[in-house]
Amino acid sequence: MSVASLSDLSAAPPTEKLPPVRGYWASVGNRLRYDYLTIFFLSVIAIIVVLAILAPLIAPFDPTKSHMAYRLKPPGFRNFMLGTDELGRDMLSRLLWGGRTSLLMGIFPVLLATLVGGSLGVAAGFMGGRTNTFIMRTMDVVFAFPSVLLAVAISGTLGGGAKNGMLALTLVFIPSICRVAESATTQVRGLDFVEAARASGGSTLSIVRTHILGNVLGPVFIFASSLISVSILLGSGLSFLGLGVEPPTPDWGLMLSTLRAGIYTQPLLCALPGAAIFITSLSFNLVSDGLRQAMDVKA
Amino acid sequence: MKPMAERDFANPLPINTADRGGRQQPMLLVQSLKKHFPVKSGLLQRQKGAVRAVDNISFSVLKGETLGIVGESGCGKSTLARLLMHLITADACTLVFDGDPVSEIRGITLRDLRKNMQMVFQDSYSSLNPRLPIRNTIAYGPVVHGMAKSDAERLANDLLNRVGLRSEIYGARYPHELSGGQKQRVNIARALALTPRVLILDEAVSALDKSVEAQVLNLLNELKRDFNLTYLFISHDLNVVQYISDRVLVMYLGQVVEIGPVEEIYGNPRHPYTRALLQSRLSMNPAERVTEPPIGGDPPNPINPPSGCRFRTRCIFAEGVCEASQPTLDAVTGDRHPAACHMTDPMSGHTKAAA
Repeated sequence: MSVASLSDLSAAPPTEKLPPVRGYWASVGNRLRYDYLTIFFLSVIAIIVVLAILAPLIAPFDPTKSHMAYRLKPPGFRNFMLGTDELGRDMLSRLLWGGRTSLLMGIFPVLLATLVGGSLGVAAGFMGGRTNTFIMRTMDVVFAFPSVLLAVAISGTLGGGAKNGMLALTLVFIPSICRVAESATTQVRGLDFVEAARASGGSTLSIVRTHILGNVLGPVFIFASSLISVSILLGSGLSFLGLGVEPPTPDWGLMLSTLRAGIYTQPLLCALPGAAIFITSLSFNLVSDGLRQAMDVKA
Repeated sequence: MKPMAERDFANPLPINTADRGGRQQPMLLVQSLKKHFPVKSGLLQRQKGAVRAVDNISFSVLKGETLGIVGESGCGKSTLARLLMHLITADACTLVFDGDPVSEIRGITLRDLRKNMQMVFQDSYSSLNPRLPIRNTIAYGPVVHGMAKSDAERLANDLLNRVGLRSEIYGARYPHELSGGQKQRVNIARALALTPRVLILDEAVSALDKSVEAQVLNLLNELKRDFNLTYLFISHDLNVVQYISDRVLVMYLGQVVEIGPVEEIYGNPRHPYTRALLQSRLSMNPAERVTEPPIGGDPPNPINPPSGCRFRTRCIFAEGVCEASQPTLDAVTGDRHPAACHMTDPMSGHTKAAA
């Protein structure tokens, strides 16, 4: 930075060539551009998402229609590119359609939990004192249960179904996101620029919006993106246990569960939904990792 | 020091010329300002005592002057600044701003006080939002007070130019792209954005290296002249305070021990603590080496300050009367250079008291 120290002494001559001024997000984007691993897995996610969205158009069969004569057939059998499951339903169509539910199970609870947990965390961190104690200790109570157990317990109580499963996952994620938001807010709250904003006459709401959120959003966003893969796995787990999506709706976790019976006759079929879950959650994890690196700048 | 670049004479920055109380009215009257931080411990968080950070301080700031505030670390200088800005609430205080009592009926509101009184923080790093371009940081105050966003940004640009940072280059930058001196200039611009009449400078130049410090001090002097400002200059650097101040207030352990015109404080200090402080300065002349420590020990614990005079535990002139009664600052009324020491009060009974 040649400009930094010298221009203090005298105003820089106008002819001087200056580096372009980039905003924070622009600089994050710039760093991501040279992170090929992240870009690769980002495109994997993009392909999965597009395939899931286009499932009604590209799926060769109705995912719920069974062909009783062709049960548990290997990939490549007749028109079934990836074979058929235990009820003779086309695996490819079911995987495509199942991606919709699984991605929804992965993204929606995290989104909702970020909204709720993030707001609670910022409120707790900014207000401090008793509000903080009340919110955070309540979160600790929820936090004390293992996440899988809690998700199973909640969706078991509420009854099965995709909606209740997502609600259960949301409740599981709220405390951890809340904790991240709270610690980020507490860190920022005591800094002088918040005091200066208050000295300028800013109201609490305006200070939170202008000065707190910008500093809290980054860490919360990174943490939430790492939860997506966990959510997909947990959602699949719930379906596997029969608590999430109800049959015959296709879902990767549910498929894994029902194909388990045929694992000795057609092991490859059973591995397919597992591979889908694995690839998707791995991609989300690695992208989240790349994001963290790109956003981790000296502020 | 070169003249500031890019002074826009065609489009002068707004200057607050409001003067309600008249020339003789002090800009700021502070009476019995007190802040005790509770010390809690134990399971039930029972209060075990209090840190007497600021203990019954009274002083006034005249219009257009620079009042320097000096004292050791931990004597309550920064707490005083934050109390005046109402960033922490005082336990007791009467504050009169240019004749108007603050947050009282028929006085001015806290919001108006903050418009008229701004503060420059010590830590230039943490006092700027790392996620906000500096132009937006400066424009924040005016926007909060109802200025249109475009107007506020224009004002921010003008202010940036005024403090010596070309707005077209620096306006969109983030704090981590600036040096310490530049950040402190931004801090000053931010404080000026609400056209205040009083600026509290809390160790505003202490973290800067000497050459940059000199530039910022000169900038402050220029701004004071151009914007008709009154400064409260808090620092532990005695030379800087001597350079910039008209009057100096010396603090010790949450209390004012001496206040007076700068030449009298530096030329004829009356309180032994002030004398000790001044002696602790190093001389530029190698022949005048300081060979013995002028003041011994640490300041006493502000949770349980010594009885009587708080300085008596370290004072070489301490006598029985110093332990028995607390010297007051206005022992001699009407004095323009009072000191809270029994030796300055002929009636105190101290053997060295000036008759």
